[in-house]
Amino acid sequence: MVNRGRDESLVYILLKISVLRESLTIFGEQLKVLEQPRWRKSHDHFALSAPARSTTARKYEFGFSRMVTARALLLSHSALRLFQSDELLVDDEEFGLEGGRHAPAVTDYPIPGRSTTPTPTPATPTTRRRYSDIDSDSKVQFTLQHAFGDSEFTPAGTFTARLKTGSHGGQTLTKLRFSRNSLTDAEQEKFKGLLLEDDFYKIRLPSNVLSPPGRNYTFSSVRARCLPREGLDEHFVMHMEGVNILAVNYGSPGACPYPRQLKVPAKWSFNSHTVLKYSEQAPRTPLFTEEALIGENAEGEIVAPPEKSFWAKYWMYLIPLGLIGCKYRHKKKMISAQIQKVLARKPDAASLSGPVSA
Amino acid sequence: MAIRVFFLLLLLHSSSIPVLSLYEDQVGLMDWHQQYIGKVKHAVFHTHKAGRKRVVVSTEENVVASLDLRHGEIFWRHVLGDKDAIDHINIALGKYVITLSSEGSILRAWNLPDGQMVWESFFTVRKPSKSLLLIVTDLKVDRDSEILVYSNGNLHAVSSVDGLILWSMNLAAESVEIQQLIWPHGGDVIYAVGFSGLSQLHAYQVSAKNGELLNHDIVEVPGGFSGDMSLVSTETFVALDATRSIMVSLMLIDGKISFQQAYVSDVVPEFSGVAAILPSKLEGMFAVKFNSRIAFIRVNDEGMLEMVDQVEDLAAVSDVLVFNEEHRAFVLVQHGGSKIHLNVKLAHDWNNDLLKESIEIDHHHGLVQKVFLSNYIRTDRSHGFRALVVMEDHSLLLLQQGEIVWSREDGLASVIDVTTSELPVEKEGVSVTKVEHNLLEWLKGHVLKLKGTLMLASPEDIAAIQALRLKSSEKSKMTRDHNGFRKLLIVLTKAGKLFALHSGDGRVVWSLLLQSLRKSEGCPHPIALNIYQWQDPHHHALDENPSILVVGSCGIGNDESVLSFIDTYTGKELESVSISHSVVEVIPLPYTDSRERRLHLLIDSNKQAHLYPRTPEAAAIFLHEIPNVYWYSVDTDNSIVGGHALKHNCISEVADDFCFSTRGLWSIVLPLDSEKIIATATRKSNEVVHTQAKAMSDQDVMYKYISKNVLFVATVAPKAAGRIGSVTPDESWLVVYLINTVTGRILHRMTHLGSQGPVNAVFSENWVIYHYFNLRAHRYEMSVIEIYDESRVDNKDIWKLIVGKHNLTSPICSYSRHEVSTKSQSYFFTHSVKAIAVTSTAKGITSKQVLIGTVGDQVLALDKRLLDPRRSANPTQAEREEGIIPLTDSLPVIPQSYVTHALKVEGLRGIVTAPAKLESTTLVFAYGVDLFFTRLAPSRTYDSLTEDFNYALLLLTIVALVAAIFVTWILSERKELRDNWR
Repeated sequence: MVNRGRDESLVYILLKISVLRESLTIFGEQLKVLEQPRWRKSHDHFALSAPARSTTARKYEFGFSRMVTARALLLSHSALRLFQSDELLVDDEEFGLEGGRHAPAVTDYPIPGRSTTPTPTPATPTTRRRYSDIDSDSKVQFTLQHAFGDSEFTPAGTFTARLKTGSHGGQTLTKLRFSRNSLTDAEQEKFKGLLLEDDFYKIRLPSNVLSPPGRNYTFSSVRARCLPREGLDEHFVMHMEGVNILAVNYGSPGACPYPRQLKVPAKWSFNSHTVLKYSEQAPRTPLFTEEALIGENAEGEIVAPPEKSFWAKYWMYLIPLGLIGCKYRHKKKMISAQIQKVLARKPDAASLSGPVSA
Repeated sequence: MAIRVFFLLLLLHSSSIPVLSLYEDQVGLMDWHQQYIGKVKHAVFHTHKAGRKRVVVSTEENVVASLDLRHGEIFWRHVLGDKDAIDHINIALGKYVITLSSEGSILRAWNLPDGQMVWESFFTVRKPSKSLLLIVTDLKVDRDSEILVYSNGNLHAVSSVDGLILWSMNLAAESVEIQQLIWPHGGDVIYAVGFSGLSQLHAYQVSAKNGELLNHDIVEVPGGFSGDMSLVSTETFVALDATRSIMVSLMLIDGKISFQQAYVSDVVPEFSGVAAILPSKLEGMFAVKFNSRIAFIRVNDEGMLEMVDQVEDLAAVSDVLVFNEEHRAFVLVQHGGSKIHLNVKLAHDWNNDLLKESIEIDHHHGLVQKVFLSNYIRTDRSHGFRALVVMEDHSLLLLQQGEIVWSREDGLASVIDVTTSELPVEKEGVSVTKVEHNLLEWLKGHVLKLKGTLMLASPEDIAAIQALRLKSSEKSKMTRDHNGFRKLLIVLTKAGKLFALHSGDGRVVWSLLLQSLRKSEGCPHPIALNIYQWQDPHHHALDENPSILVVGSCGIGNDESVLSFIDTYTGKELESVSISHSVVEVIPLPYTDSRERRLHLLIDSNKQAHLYPRTPEAAAIFLHEIPNVYWYSVDTDNSIVGGHALKHNCISEVADDFCFSTRGLWSIVLPLDSEKIIATATRKSNEVVHTQAKAMSDQDVMYKYISKNVLFVATVAPKAAGRIGSVTPDESWLVVYLINTVTGRILHRMTHLGSQGPVNAVFSENWVIYHYFNLRAHRYEMSVIEIYDESRVDNKDIWKLIVGKHNLTSPICSYSRHEVSTKSQSYFFTHSVKAIAVTSTAKGITSKQVLIGTVGDQVLALDKRLLDPRRSANPTQAEREEGIIPLTDSLPVIPQSYVTHALKVEGLRGIVTAPAKLESTTLVFAYGVDLFFTRLAPSRTYDSLTEDFNYALLLLTIVALVAAIFVTWILSERKELRDNWR
């Protein structure tokens, strides 16, 4: 009982008690309150992302149903880009969106999206075109390669992005677009093989987008059975450090419960979601020295503790008194009346407790 | 109403940080502390009257200590820093111990009686080189003696009174490496002899008074030198040529060198192979080692060499000891069966033994490695000899009159790894406890205790009670106890020796020098690596004893490894296997076979996995689980973190069912020019987490992201990898990663700008705490990251958690994309940190404390609540109730929260925690040069009554209550009777 450490379990139990205690009065309200924030949050979600300045990239993973909103967002975002901000780009645009065929709910045509995509050329995977204009942006391309189980890596798609040079010389990628090659029949067969064996589907990216493959390829893999939904849903998270890709995390966007069920996709096409992530800055250590000084300078004013109510102050005396009072039946009515009087009045009535007991 | 009272209590508790402290009389009740010095490198006996009882030693753990020759106790001891290795030790002026350390850059004088440092001198050293120390006495100048130090091409003369540098001389001009400093007795001339290039020999004649170079002679010796050189007398020394088959004897007369060469095979007919000169200083002689033999060769006045004797399997030779003004003696140590033979011989008379003794020595000490000789005067005024012997297990023995006077287990100063083992269960009839053998003693003890309780005890009685409490037999029993406080601490030392220490009083229950980790043909440089729990029977095979696995490797570049299996009850080696692959990593798997042996996966340098135990049953269990086995590797040189899975059996000529090839699943390639991995941390595999959810004050529930497969990695800018202050804040940064090691997903990545290592980190439950240096604030900082799973947010309502609509029991798969959120916060911390650990309890209910090994070699217990990222400047009432402490910028260091109270664990290297059976209690073992053990209760012992609980008062209250009930009952009966009569 004297567990002085604040373990969660204890707190949890205590909260349970407190909830039980207050449930009768607050329950109705509480339900409302708990419903509300959740509802509000889902709206915040998009409200926050529209300015495209938030640092939490986790909010930019878009499900099917949100796809439309997301695209609208992209439009508004590129509209915003016309304005050339001179702001220091520390954690600018942490996300980009994919090109390719990404919204099967909107269209079922397999061709148009892909016909516009440039065919990847493995011999020269990167074409870097410098813009001559002042914003010193340039286009960068790098190839995604994939492998089925232990097979060799083959090209699977192309990422296109704009390289932005910050005022302090740092280079970042923005406006990432992705075009996925469709799986050939042979590849589909291989993928089916992976599904049967619950084997790994691997992808890899160069660790440096300017001079691929950089020091080494960074690769990632997923159990093939995690990908199929309607089509094949995939999710890339690229962790960037300037023009270096530190890591690519690849997987399905949703859950993949164990044991994994064998499911062959209805359509052999990928729905790709891509997120670019840059490093967060650690929160600064709080500094209290200034505040402490201000506190001292404020004319040495002592903050008085908040005045407690009469009941809070004297409940421990009043209860036994009340109990004793109950014994004397003939006095009962009078005393209860007086207690009520006392309660009704403010603390100056404290002196009355003497006569009460008498 | 009870709830309100409860809340008030809770408020009271949450506003005060629990401080754990001891009363003075509780010291030693549940903790013990042992002091060691490490493997002795040099020993100097003091011959003056006052110091005769002592020996001064320097050790490989950088300790200089003065030991009592009668009992082996430590008079005084100083642990120098980690990188401050002691090269030489000597005694000057009869009252100062002089040490030369850090490759000849620091010279210190310690007062011999009490070990106070008298003075300290520094010499600048640019590159490490051989250093020499010579003490010149009788200089007839102010009764001072001069200390000559050679380091890094410079010869310095230092006054032994105050450490002032008298003169310095640069000898580095011709790139001469000085090998010997010679001081012919009675003169004020010093000779420095050294090589330059391959074959040039230089002799400098220097005035000891002012450092004037008197003479410089250079001789070209055909055949060159191998580097070995031994001083035979003040004007003769011997070296080996580059092929190690020709001996060169050099004479130094008035600063002129003359030399003679002789083939080793001419002097020693049986010679074959290569020779090496032993470093022992023998008068008029030197010892040459070849194969397993040692030949003693005498050098006569003309520089002619002549073999005196050769000895097979000689263990060690001491330096020559001067006694009785002109006699010189040394000792030879040889092994013979379980005995060692000591032969003390006179330097000029080989054929007569001054003393011959053989002593029985426990085979757990291994072979003799070093011997130091000292003499004393016997009661019959003849000369006696005593020898200080350093053994293979780093223990130190004093031998005198054919007996072991004392021995010290100084191997325990270099602990590599620690694990705990349960003691045997107390069985019916086989009671290990000794019944109180004397009824009178027993009665006396109880009378004393009663006196103590009734406060009638005199000071002597109190001391007696304290002594009784301290050596209570209860805590040192050899059986399991109900609370799980009694355990065996199995400790592996650098020498390859295992010790089982009793957690009650720290005594050595058994010790074992592992045969497999001793030098052998196939394994010339064995290194002990780690201990793992091999068999821990608790369900099925209860009649079997638990056992542990010790993994050793045969050194770098050698593909052999050794495994040893040891019974932890008896301390016997059950089996030892020599395996033909290297061991880079050992992964204990969460599967056991029918004998409760844990399956282990050993990864070799070719990234092949080998399964142990090699039984078909284990293979069957493992094959079933192969798809779910993943492992990761961290390549610090290339800054690559990689994940791997197992594929199928190895492809090799010999079919091996227990070998599996692996394949890479993911990789994280950190740019070499901006990030260098300096620290990693993972959760302890046996850690227990009680609650997966954390209830917030607003009745929300946060789900902890609890996965055994999370890795913490800290990287710094390569420039900033050096010591603190070597870079500006702009050039240094610290990046921390939380990585899921199954999928390679980076859960969190965060940069601390302007920060630098060294990083010490500890990972537990869903949080990691790490310590680093903030260059901008010029202070150390500690940061905390807590990681929460957001994917179960649907169950956020505490009601759903209570009525059971949660999915806490569903299996969690790393391939599901869990949304995670992190919270982090940084705090300033006063100390630099040597080691960091976290308390662990049996069920994980008790709140945690972070144990910090501070720079002062103490262990500080810091409540985890202080390192809560949710601390805010003005917590709300609800948050206060939850136990959130108002935010401060630095972590408080409360003197009472030092676990080690007044003691120091010198040279602290690691802290190990183990849960006791009692949920509130955790066992803490800190090791370095010293060992320290204690019990901690981070939230107080809420589940048991403390030792000082007042049972008497409780009893008294109960008796009084019962009496009162009776009295009132009788009274009321009477009253009722009276009323009825009315």
